[in-house]
Amino acid sequence: MLNIARKELKSMFASPMGWIILALLTFSFGTYYLNGVNNYFEVMSGSIRPAERIGVTQFVGQTVYGLASFIMLFAVPLLSMRLISEERRSQTMPFLFSAPLSISEIVVGKFLGLVVFLSILVVYIAAMLFTLNIWADIDFGYIFANSLGLLLLVSSFAALGLYFSSLTAQPIIAGILSFIALFVLMILDRFFAGDPTSTMLKFSLMRHFQSFAGGLMDTADLAYFGLFILTFITLTIRRLDADRLRG
Amino acid sequence: MANLTVEAIELTRLYGGRAAVSDVTFSLQQGQVLGFLGPNGAGKSTTMKMLTGNLAPSAGSVKICGIDMMEHPKEAKALIGYLPEMRPLYKEFTVDEYLTIAARLHNVAGKHIKKAVEHAKERCGLTHMSKRLIENLSNGYQQRVGIAQAIIHSPMVVILDEPTVGLDPIQIRDIRALIKEIGQAHSVIVSTHILPEVEMVCDHVQIIDKGQLVFNGGIEVLKQQRIGNKLLVGLRNAPEAVQLAAIAGVAEVEPADGLWRIRFHEGTQPHEAIVQAAVQNGWGLYHIAPDQTSLEDVFVQLTYHEAAGTDEAKAA
Repeated sequence: MLNIARKELKSMFASPMGWIILALLTFSFGTYYLNGVNNYFEVMSGSIRPAERIGVTQFVGQTVYGLASFIMLFAVPLLSMRLISEERRSQTMPFLFSAPLSISEIVVGKFLGLVVFLSILVVYIAAMLFTLNIWADIDFGYIFANSLGLLLLVSSFAALGLYFSSLTAQPIIAGILSFIALFVLMILDRFFAGDPTSTMLKFSLMRHFQSFAGGLMDTADLAYFGLFILTFITLTIRRLDADRLRG
Repeated sequence: MANLTVEAIELTRLYGGRAAVSDVTFSLQQGQVLGFLGPNGAGKSTTMKMLTGNLAPSAGSVKICGIDMMEHPKEAKALIGYLPEMRPLYKEFTVDEYLTIAARLHNVAGKHIKKAVEHAKERCGLTHMSKRLIENLSNGYQQRVGIAQAIIHSPMVVILDEPTVGLDPIQIRDIRALIKEIGQAHSVIVSTHILPEVEMVCDHVQIIDKGQLVFNGGIEVLKQQRIGNKLLVGLRNAPEAVQLAAIAGVAEVEPADGLWRIRFHEGTQPHEAIVQAAVQNGWGLYHIAPDQTSLEDVFVQLTYHEAAGTDEAKAA
């Protein structure tokens, strides 16, 4: 399982793709971070009432994590689309199937490989925010909750992307499909904003991320992400197993 | 029987009601090289996929060294090295990287990985290609990497699906030598449709046609069928066929493209008598050679006369 994860990580860094995505994301997060810091005093001096004043961690964190959750919507499908469909296209699936590994190990290994790659970004963002500590007293709990939330969010993206990747032999199709699916799941709460009691709202990924974004760790949200990941991993395993059974 | 490495029992695979492979049963012992022959679409690759656990059989079972592929797939797969028809290569890696991954996936212990990779490269003649990207290798070298990948964990059973496709004659010779070498210690199954290859490397042959096993036996049986009991004789002043037929041991004479095909009774050697008769009567002998039925003919016979083929399979 870990061997598969290692292989996936290696193949991400073997092509320029992985490096370029890392570089681009780092650049945009860095820019937002800098903007956040620059704007902080301007905005805070403008807000007179104490209620409007928020800490620097939250102020900068909000911008960076808000952007991160949005950008990952594009980045994760780009990375996840190759996971299985590329193997199908280049006919390398038998290589994994004939190794002494169960299908679940293959799937979970691939998922882990992608999550480890994405967590590089999550750790990077957290490290960037920690640098605020040099001249301010930052709220570590807030960053921790946000990092965890972001990690869960991108893991969910990855699980869904992995599933769509297992459906087709064309990486591009897998990428587009998972992007559309994620986008719908992200903006469900916009569609049903008129009816706050709608059950559809419960399916919105963004809504569950929001509590983390506020620094709140709710077991309901943890369970939601956990179930979401589990569901798509199970679907992927079943899908690959069907390959073996039906040929 | 001792040391059975592969047992396939009544393997059947249906694709939407149509049987791609039906009721294939065979076994293989340690140290044997099995040649798997058949025309296109006969079910060679399907059978191999089932043997390696890439495809679930609709009925029947596979045992590798006594371990059932369905019940303990991990243990069984650990004993197999498989090169599918389409080479499963990750082209973005170098040869070393790829082989290291292959070794790791096949549970080669961490400290032995380097040695295993070196050894596999040496056996496949890849040592000078270590740092090259697989993408940039020629077709033949890619095929070698594919074989290296299949033998890296020194498995009990090596299954190669058409290993010599797209190689130049020298490489083909090397690969055949390699297959023979592996076959000494382990079992090898090679599928191919190149008939001379089978004769060169295999000691057992199976011919499959339309999903059915039509021939299963030692290579000697096939060779015997091939050499047979016929002579091709060329005579400048040809006599009557009756005169030839009168020679002791000759069973039948028929003309063949200006030559005479002489079939003799089993166990007799009329060669000398024919030569003597030719000299005495001044027939002008200029050609005498055993008339070999080509392996192709045997193959065609076996695959296109199904009824006859199954009888022979039973006899063998």
